This record gives sequence, C-alpha cells and structure tokens, in this order.
Amino acid sequence: MTDTVKIKIDGIEVKLEKNASILDAAKQLNIKIPTLCHHEDLCVAGNCRVCVVEQEGVHNLVPSCSTPALDGMIIHTMTPKVRKARKDLIALLVSEHNTQCTTCYRSKNCELQDLAAEYNIDNEVYLSVLKPSKVDRSSWSIEKDDSKCIRCQRCVRTCAELQHVNALDVAYRGKDMKISTFMDLHMNEVVCVNCGQCIIHCPTGALTERRYYDNIWDAIGDPKKHVIINTAPSVRVALGETLGFPVGTRVTKKMVTALKKIGFDAVLDTDFAADVTILEEGHELLHRLKRVFVDKEKVSLPMITSCSPGWVKFIEHMYPNYLSHLSTCKSPQQMFGALAKTYYAKKKGIDPKDIVSVAGMPCSAKKYEANRPEMKSSGYNDVDAGLTTREIGHMIKETGVDFLSLEETEFDSLMGESSGAGVIFGATGGVMEAALRTVYEVVTGREVPFKNLNITPVRGLKGVKEATIKIENCVPAFSFLEGVELKIAIAHGLINARIVMDQVEKGTSPYHFIEIMACPGGCIGGGGQPIPTNCEIRQKRIDAIYEEDANMPVRKSHEVKEVQELYRDFLKEPLGQKSHHLLHTKYTKRNRY
Amino acid sequence: MEIKALIFKLAEKYGRKRENLIPILQGVVQEERYISDEAMVEIARQLDISAAQVYGTCTFYSFLNTKPKGKYIIRVCETIVCDMRGKKEVISTLEDLLKIKIGETTHNKRFSLLKTECLGWCHKGPVMLVNDEVYTELTPEKIRNIIAKYKENIN
Ligand code: SF4
Ligand code: SF4
Ligand code: SF4
Ligand code: FES
Ligand code: FES
Repeated sequence: MTDTVKIKIDGIEVKLEKNASILDAAKQLNIKIPTLCHHEDLCVAGNCRVCVVEQEGVHNLVPSCSTPALDGMIIHTMTPKVRKARKDLIALLVSEHNTQCTTCYRSKNCELQDLAAEYNIDNEVYLSVLKPSKVDRSSWSIEKDDSKCIRCQRCVRTCAELQHVNALDVAYRGKDMKISTFMDLHMNEVVCVNCGQCIIHCPTGALTERRYYDNIWDAIGDPKKHVIINTAPSVRVALGETLGFPVGTRVTKKMVTALKKIGFDAVLDTDFAADVTILEEGHELLHRLKRVFVDKEKVSLPMITSCSPGWVKFIEHMYPNYLSHLSTCKSPQQMFGALAKTYYAKKKGIDPKDIVSVAGMPCSAKKYEANRPEMKSSGYNDVDAGLTTREIGHMIKETGVDFLSLEETEFDSLMGESSGAGVIFGATGGVMEAALRTVYEVVTGREVPFKNLNITPVRGLKGVKEATIKIENCVPAFSFLEGVELKIAIAHGLINARIVMDQVEKGTSPYHFIEIMACPGGCIGGGGQPIPTNCEIRQKRIDAIYEEDANMPVRKSHEVKEVQELYRDFLKEPLGQKSHHLLHTKYTKRNRY
Repeated sequence: MEIKALIFKLAEKYGRKRENLIPILQGVVQEERYISDEAMVEIARQLDISAAQVYGTCTFYSFLNTKPKGKYIIRVCETIVCDMRGKKEVISTLEDLLKIKIGETTHNKRFSLLKTECLGWCHKGPVMLVNDEVYTELTPEKIRNIIAKYKENIN
C-alpha cells in the first residue's frame, strides 16, 4: 500500500497524497478550476457543480472538489463539454439572482460576478426566476439579502463547523430552498452572535455587514462635530489587501494619513485602550487569585477574557450560568469610547456631546457591541459607530487618494500611543501574551522569562493552546503566588470555545486564565476583514502583527507613557472607582432557544 | 400528553443523537398531527442542537407539518403521471366536497387538504393519501364515497 496516488490532469502527471481531491491536484499544477460552494476552511459540500471536470471512462461530468483522486485517473478540465456545463450552471444561478451589481456592496469582490464575467454570461439565456424577498436589516451587525443568495451553504457550514452556533440552516426544498433562521425569524431575534464569519465565507452579497459609513461621512461634513476614529490592531495588517497591497503588508502609517484625508479630526489607536485593558484585566486576575489563595474565598476561576463581543454574546446564550467567569473588563473598543467622551474630552476642552467617536474594527460584532444598552457610561453613546476594515477600505477609495503612494503619518495624541502588547491583541494568543508580559512583571519585578518577550507557546493557529508558567521569587506583595504554576489556555473560533467551556461546565477546567476569541485566528480573521480570508491569509496577517510588535519601541502595556499619564491624571489606579464606572461592565443571561 | 413530556418520552425511546431527529419528529406528528414552534424548540433542547436545524429538517419533508392540521390529512399526488390522469378533477371534487381550498383545514378540524409529490403509485393514478391510507384510480364517485366514510367515522 502506498500513501500516494498518481493521476493525469490535462496531460500532466501529478503525484498526490491519498484522499486528496481532483481539485487539490489541479491546484498543485496551478490549473484553475472555478468553485463556488467550496471553501478551504469548510467541509466539502459538492452542491454547486461549477467545478465539474471530465474523467476519461466516466460518462457524466464529475465535481472536482468532492471527487477523490484515484490512482490512474485521467482528467480533462477544459473540454467543450466541461465549459458548456459550467457556463450553463452559472447562467442558471444568474437567472435566479438579483443581479444588481452596480448597487451591490460586494461588487468587484464577488465570486459569482467574477465567474459570470469569466464565462461571458453576456445575455439572458434563461428567463429570470428571481423570487421577491425582503432584506433583513434587523441586526446591528449582519444584513441578509436572500435575493443575492446562491444557496452554496457556505454560511451554514461556517456557523456550524467553525462557530457551533447554527443560527442558520437550510430550510424548505427544491425551488423553495432558502437559508433560514429558526422559523425565519429576524437575525436579531435568534442566537446569532454577530461574528460575521458567515459574511467572510459568503461568495456573494447575500450576507454583508450593516454599513454605517454614510452616517460618518455626514458627521465629518458637520463643522460642529469633532469626529475621531480609533483603529484596531488587525485593521493595519489587513486594510492594504483592499487597496492593492499584498496580503500581510503593514500599512499603519499610510492608514493614518488616509483617515486624515477622509477628514477625521483625530486618528487614534485602539491599541492604547488595549494597553489599558491589560492593566485592568491583569489586576483583575491578580485580585481574583488573591481572593482564592489568601482570603480563601470562592471565586470564579478560570477567568476568561471579554474583548471579543461575538464570544461574549455566545457565552451569554450558550453558558448563561457561567458569566461570572468573564472578566468584567470592557473590550478595548468600549474602553476607548468611554475614555474618549470623558478623559479625552476634558483634556482637549471639547464638549463630549460634540464628539463623534468611531471605531475602525476587523469585526462585525463590534457594531452590535457599540449598541448594547449598557455602553453609555460616559453619559453618551460611548461609541457612535463601528466600521469594518472593508468599510474603511471603501471610504478611502471614495476619497480617490492613491493609497499605494501615500506618505506616512503617526497617530495623533492623546490616546494614540501604545505598546507592542496592544498590537498583538489582534492575533489569537495575543491578549494572553500581553497580559503575561505585564502580570509576570508586576508579580516578580522581572520580565517574563522568554527571549525578546516573545511568549511563543501561546502563538500559532492551533485551536486550543495551553501553557504553564511557574511563578518564582515574587515581590513581597505577591508572595502568596510563590511557586504557583499559572495554567492558561487560549481558544479561537467558537467551536474551540465550546471545548474549554464544556470543561468549565463540568468543573474539570484546570486553568486559571483563558483567552477566547470568537473568530478563527483571532481578530485578524474577524468578520469585518477583507474577503477572502483563509488559513494562509490568516497566517500572513498574524506574521505581520508580530512584526509590528517586534518593531515597537515599547513592548509592555504598563510602560506606555500616555497610559501612565491616564492613570496619574484621571483613573488613579487599575480597578479604582473611575475604572469601575467607565471601564468595567455587566453581562446578560440570554436564551439559547 | 403535554408536549414536553411527549418529546422527553420520544427522546428516551429513540436516543438523543442527530440521526434520531426524524423518528422523534414523526412521533410528534403521529400524536399531534403537526410540530409546533414549542415542539421544535423542545426537540432542539433535548438533542442539544439548534432550533434552526430542527426547523430546516421539518420544512424539508412535506410529511412533517409545521402548521396545525385536521384529523384526516388528505394528500393528492400532483406529480406528472397523476397530473395527466386527472389530478385537477380530484382536487376540484375534494374542494367542492370539503368546501376548502388546497392548503386549508375544515373549520371543524376534521380534514386538511394538501398536495404531495409522487407516491409511487403512478400505474394506478390518480392517487391520494388519507393519513396513511392510499386510494388509487380515483374518480369523483370514488372520492365521494371515501370522504363520506371519513365523515361518518366519528371517533
Ligand atoms: S452578489 Fe455579486 S453578482 Fe450579485 S449583485 Fe452583488 S456583485 Fe453582482
Ligand atoms: S448566504 Fe452566501 S454563503 Fe450562504 S448560501 Fe447564500 S450565497 Fe452561500
Ligand atoms: S454572524 Fe456568526 S453566529 Fe451569526 S449567523 Fe453568521 S456565522 Fe452564525
Ligand atoms: S465547488 Fe465543487 S461542487 Fe461546488
Ligand atoms: S405521479 Fe402520482 S403516484 Fe407517481
């Protein structure tokens, strides 16, 4: 028995691992076969049939994505029969489609549009059988337009396989088949956690983020308003993709310039708030440990991070009895918003009612988070609107600036300075690493014992990562931690969150501290990021994040000058009264059903 | 039986894996003649799956009703062979006898009238089902007798 097979595609022989598909074989040879229902992140569905090829000796065309390559197969990918079949399939999809590309958000970034162009679907071969449907804009985050849906079911597989939410499924059958929530309820009435993973896996404009850029253009045009934007770490390593740069390019300073050209009065950094989050959350962890070890109280451990609003809504729905495990810290976006309309407003002498605070995020759930009723601790909406990386890309295009040749600008001050620890929030494991860099030093007075502060065991794309850090030679205040082995875990993608949460539920969780991000890869793979996003692209964005970190002069949250200033002049101390009011929050029990 | 208790009983009987969903749904239909929203949610809870998944399955199969139905569910085959052999007349006869249209239920909740895909009795079309009973080679005369029988059958 050998583990490899040999097949011939378009006259070229290729050797493959067993269980590879014909599509994999073609990829190895750089032969392009069109696909629609196929996505690298998801299991094979084989329902769209545009990937058909001809197999010698077999009468019917075979779908290349779902047909395993078997030894000796002879495949042809571009015969007249294949081409005709693909063209027909695409034309049929178009005949059921609300083909309004000029007014479609996904235009120029749409797999159906690309294929229709490639296969020259230049006249209406089939009569349009488009059925009327209503666009669902009930959710703060997700817009669902069934008239643009090709029923490839990528969203259904995403919501099941990556996120284990199953808010969407296939309902009805045949010509009536559609992608539906339970009882076809609105998206805001079901268990959807707004993560947007279905959006970045949808080939068309059927699932998109709710867009708020028009409101922001209006605010920018209003001279009375002071419009500020803070941009999350993951935006700077992905925005370039929408504007002509290769995947993995860091465009931080060009982005700042472009946002200034758009007309924002100040371009600030979410990383600043990420650094504040580390101080608050790090001290919260130490506080909980102290209550366990010294006061012998019953305290919810492991403590779990709360920066990812998709994850927060997930635990509220799925594990509502375990909300006490969540850190009470708001996410960096919401900390930023609360500080912008208090601390920033005061220091700059601007009336907070005139501040429009915008968050540039790799995320669709952040739009929902900004609208949670409790997020008004400044007395105003702490965050007025959230934009995705994609929306920012569109706004920059709209200005007409040539992004590629744009000069570079630094973030504005106040709340524009940050550390490398703030940057790595964007990658899975980053919050943990950032927290450890600070917590370890607070407890022992020494830097974390890792070369160049790079805590490599928490990095990488493995679904659940674990590490143990032994705490020794503590400073007197933390002597209760002497010799403690701090056990940590990191999960990304909600299917992995389930794994660690099931342990918590069973009472078998061995950890003290867990980081959970809703999206695979962390924020760099967020539902607001450029499309496509896949494993290879996630890895390149992660590499860029760590490069950004390595190049920062300050690598630890507690060493950022503006953060120190914030505590000195305003907050006084982590977990203090002001922090409690502005930077911490409560959670809501929700139903799964 | 209360719906929760019924579903619990069915889950105990068939198991709580995803593949046990259909027998449980069939069990509910047998008792209640349809699967209510509450029933779908309860089944999802018992099987630890999402309600959308139960809804998707219910709407896929035409025999898994999601709307309340009458005591006798009449399903007329609408597929091509029966269509050519006089489906139209079958339907108009039934509509006339029951004073309802396709998709509706009589006000006394005794009959529901539905269409269905091929029942595999094409050689004896046109055909219809009344609950689990199949009636073949229908004529208006035959239909009148069948319906009369079910109208009398008070139990
Ligand atoms: S989804 Fe694609 S094909 Fe459809 S209207 Fe939008 S851009 Fe055009
Ligand atoms: S919504 Fe998008 S991903 Fe889902 S089935 Fe439709 S086209 Fe495919
Ligand atoms: S946003 Fe996330 S939870 Fe909601 S339907 Fe899409 S994948 Fe599922
Ligand atoms: S891509 Fe192969 S069937 Fe859809
Ligand atoms: S067509 Fe009616 S039973 Fe087959």
